[in-house]
Amino acid sequence: MIPHRAGAAGALALLLFTATACGGDAGSQDSGDGEMNIMMYQDSLAVVQENAVERFNQNNEATAAMNQVAPDGYEDKLRTVMGSGQAPDMFFNWGGGSIEPYVEQEMLLPLGATLQENPEMQDAFIPSILEAGKINDTQYGIPLRGTQPKMIFYNEKVFEEAGVEPPETWEDIQNLIDTFKEEGVTPFALGGATPWADLMWMEYLVARIGGHDVFQQIANGDSAGWKDPAILEAAQIIQDMVKNGAFGDSYASVSAADGSASALLADGQAAMHLMGSWEFSTQLADAPEFAKNDLGYVAFPAMPDGEGNAQAVVGNPTNYFSITDDGDTDAAVEFLKQTYSDEYVKDMVENGEVPTTTGAEEMLDEAPNPDFARFQYAMVRDAPTFQLSWDQALPRSVAEPMVTEIEKLFNQQVTPEEFVDNVAALQ
Amino acid sequence: MVLVVYLSLTTWGGLGVPQFTGLSNWIRLVGDPVAHRAILLTLILTGGSWALQTPIALLLGVWASGRQRNRAVLSAIFFVPLLLSSAAIAIIWRALLDPNFGPLTTIGPLIGMPGLDFLSSETGAFGVILFVSAWQFIPLHTLLYQGGARQIPESLYQAAEIDGAGRYRAFWHITLPQLRNTITTSSVLMVVGSLTYFDTVLIITGGGPGHATTIVPYLMYEAGFQNYQFGYASAVACVLVAFATLASLLMVRFTGFGKMRSTREGM
Repeated sequence: MIPHRAGAAGALALLLFTATACGGDAGSQDSGDGEMNIMMYQDSLAVVQENAVERFNQNNEATAAMNQVAPDGYEDKLRTVMGSGQAPDMFFNWGGGSIEPYVEQEMLLPLGATLQENPEMQDAFIPSILEAGKINDTQYGIPLRGTQPKMIFYNEKVFEEAGVEPPETWEDIQNLIDTFKEEGVTPFALGGATPWADLMWMEYLVARIGGHDVFQQIANGDSAGWKDPAILEAAQIIQDMVKNGAFGDSYASVSAADGSASALLADGQAAMHLMGSWEFSTQLADAPEFAKNDLGYVAFPAMPDGEGNAQAVVGNPTNYFSITDDGDTDAAVEFLKQTYSDEYVKDMVENGEVPTTTGAEEMLDEAPNPDFARFQYAMVRDAPTFQLSWDQALPRSVAEPMVTEIEKLFNQQVTPEEFVDNVAALQ
Repeated sequence: MVLVVYLSLTTWGGLGVPQFTGLSNWIRLVGDPVAHRAILLTLILTGGSWALQTPIALLLGVWASGRQRNRAVLSAIFFVPLLLSSAAIAIIWRALLDPNFGPLTTIGPLIGMPGLDFLSSETGAFGVILFVSAWQFIPLHTLLYQGGARQIPESLYQAAEIDGAGRYRAFWHITLPQLRNTITTSSVLMVVGSLTYFDTVLIITGGGPGHATTIVPYLMYEAGFQNYQFGYASAVACVLVAFATLASLLMVRFTGFGKMRSTREGM
């Protein structure tokens, strides 16, 4: 063996390895050029924020620039730029666990003083939703979007053709699965290639079977909560549904992030879709005819003998803007005032969102589908509890492996019992 | 590299200062079934890629070095994948393999398999990765072999013809031995490339379904950039570097490449 040649081979290996490692890097962000940088989640609703930036730039000396990041890599990129010292001035988030690490590192601007100086900001939002933007009793986020409960959407045309009614009970769901299978329609669209879509089933089943407290115990840091019988029962129901063909055959390669699952519903290839309320705006953007004429929606039904309240809601209370504290935050604070301005709220309503501002109810008539908007508003108003999506409520190091375990459960790569053991072992 | 080794001894979430936690990441790595599977999958991918790509690239390269009609045109078409970026290739293949909206929905029923869906089964998804990497990289290796084959002196073939050797024997006894160094170069590139294969996995399968296509580089990405466990990701990275280095050294050693013997022996 000739040593220097060995070194060269090793260097080649290392070089290729470094190149690969950098492939996961999210790139860098411009800052320090006098522009206020806003990092935004890129989807069909971001048009509301685009308009806000435009208005802000017209009426202020400061300039805001919005950087939109694709949904799938959003949190990874945020984490990378925050860690690299090139943090945006302001960014979109889910509150809760999604910003906790930044709060711990004292990277965010506490907004308590801002709210005191601007009482109209304090009064603009539904108190419980503003409250959800707090970490350790300090405000770190201001709501920027509508409320996002999860619910069952369905294709009215497909239901009519099959001569069936939308589901009101769990038994209805069982019957509908059989009916649609006979009709050659996939009963439920499911974007299993983006496993957070699988997670929604787990969330609602557990909430209905065992109630709000089952997951709350886990979210509070007690992983023994995974051993609650409701979790195992939900896991068994999921595998029964999978084996029964409730999600068709190819759910594991359908993506919920690129609109494939929603397209299945709009096309009539699938009858129902359990999704967040943003499904309505997604359909409005991608299949407007369908969204206006044939898109139905119902709440997730109660489970027989379930202990959970049938009106309890799972989803995201809303999304928040947080400001990174680099000493120069005036423009960002000024921008926050956009999120409850009349134009902004009107934009939200027109794009199918149900705002979290206190005066929103009377504006719902302007929604593309006022019935849907009122349905969603009432759903959130009447819910005894609003469970934040599990992947947002838990720290990332637990949430990601948990979602993968749920994916494996759906793909029958683990049994329900193994699933419970695996998630209980996460820490 | 030193930094990576140090990071592997810490717990670090990408923010603030890494906390020194000794060997905890390494202990976790030793007991982690996902990591064991990732290593196995990486070895299968590496071996599989080599076994799949080498014969095809070799035969195509030798063919493309000849003077047949249409050779230039066919070669040009064939080299197209080489011009595309990995990300573009992955996105194209994901769209082609989409079980509901891709061309498979048309092709499947024609060949009597309406439910054609490779990406939702474990072996199917792994097969797709193997196939796409072959589709992507065979042209590069073909180019290497084409160059290598053109370097073989014409006189060797003329001599063989006089001795009465057919095309098959000439290939087996002249072309193949003369290409020995090219085979080594190509193999080292292939093996090291397979060990670090990443972008296609990220885009087409995201390591799934489950962990069916979570190879070591993807595991590293998942641990670091998705779970924010940079310490654990660094430990995984160390294993990967060790494997890649070992593989290169073994190949250099056992193919005699290091001795750089003349390929013109016996001339």
